[in-house]
Amino acid sequence: MASQKISLTINGEPVEAEVEARTLLIHFLREERRLTGPHIGCETSHCGACTVDLNGKSVKACTVFAVQADGGDVLTVEGLAKGAELHPLQEGFVEHHGLQCGYCTPGMLTRAYRLLQENPNPSDEEIRMGISGNLCRCTGYQNIVKAIRYAADKINQAEGAEG
Amino acid sequence: MTPGAFEYHRPNTVEEALALIERFGDEGKVLAGGHSLVPMMKLRLAEPAHLIDINAVGGLRGIRGEAGAIVIGAATTQSEILNSGMLLEKCPILPEAAAQIADPQVRNCGTIGGNCANGDPGNDDPAIMMVLDASYVLRGPIGERQVSARKFYQGVYTTALEENELLIEIRIPAPAKGAGMAYRKLKRKVGDYAIAAAAAVLSMSGGRCTDAAIAITNVGDTALFVPAAANALQGTPVDATAIAAAAQAVMAAAEPVEDLRGTVEYRTAMAGQMTRQAIASALSRAVGS
Repeated sequence: MASQKISLTINGEPVEAEVEARTLLIHFLREERRLTGPHIGCETSHCGACTVDLNGKSVKACTVFAVQADGGDVLTVEGLAKGAELHPLQEGFVEHHGLQCGYCTPGMLTRAYRLLQENPNPSDEEIRMGISGNLCRCTGYQNIVKAIRYAADKINQAEGAEG
Repeated sequence: MTPGAFEYHRPNTVEEALALIERFGDEGKVLAGGHSLVPMMKLRLAEPAHLIDINAVGGLRGIRGEAGAIVIGAATTQSEILNSGMLLEKCPILPEAAAQIADPQVRNCGTIGGNCANGDPGNDDPAIMMVLDASYVLRGPIGERQVSARKFYQGVYTTALEENELLIEIRIPAPAKGAGMAYRKLKRKVGDYAIAAAAAVLSMSGGRCTDAAIAITNVGDTALFVPAAANALQGTPVDATAIAAAAQAVMAAAEPVEDLRGTVEYRTAMAGQMTRQAIASALSRAVGS
């Protein structure tokens, strides 16, 4: 089977690997890189559990080939916390009970991370539209919206204090 | 679910892409956003031996204004359509529709060219390109030709695109000043194809309709352009009687199949309902109504 070399950045670290062309990014991340934060849910690009950042945009890693990430920059949920310090989004999900079973959470977090980069002060409606590609079968979304709101406020306050 | 094995190609120019398309024939498939193709490959309903990724091809991406036209590169993503200030001002039906297509992650990958050229009757952009009277610029080994969106679609997954051609860009005549336009889509959930959807563009002058175009999505083998519906509006004040006649014309043209989205009767009725809503919304946005 023809495989090819790819080099990319994952959570800030340079990575070189050899992959088969047909290897999906989600399988590469989970099985080759042992980054099991991104989950496999539906495998049909509906549920969003596999959401990661690729070149500054949210994508569903089940529907992108690893070779397409060659030369790119990938961020998974593992890249959000700074050591023992949780990202404000992760803190928000804890504070506001933004998860129950937790299966959708890594995808929710990476998607919400990018949403707040694109729109630092979203309305609740914009948060709901922003996470409309991520399914949660437990929470009813209310607490996820509150958790993202919490993180937005916290990040904005911190930036206001710095500015 | 892993697709069958294939060889991956990443051309940098349209010429290189066309050479690969010509060389591999029906063994090759073009990869743009991939959100129709890759799921098919995972199900092994598509098993191309060669995948030609056009994402690195220069010049296929972007939205620009030309004299009397808006030109959209085929590899422009739905997110770029959704966030285009130029389209919001000059052709707002496109961002309005993009917001109703898939979800944020899928819109970051999915392209307008893929939506238009794929030939799936569930795609939303074909009906919109029909009402806008857009043309598709198709390039092959011997040169370029333009095909009207109104003549491009032949059947389910069957279009005027030849095997050795690539959709390069979409040319939309600049919409008439003051024209109102709207896209209304009924769907079960975010990311679903339409139960039925309708696109409407109309121009008003002195309280009368001077020009109109109506097309519908996912209630036939292709998107359907419905001149009879537009004729029902022409010259009228687009009052309740005229809108009802246009919806009747749409329901007569619709040929949905029964599936998980509903019965033939329901989907036909919803095609009429989406048409009524699209016309009412387009009318409220048109200057001179």
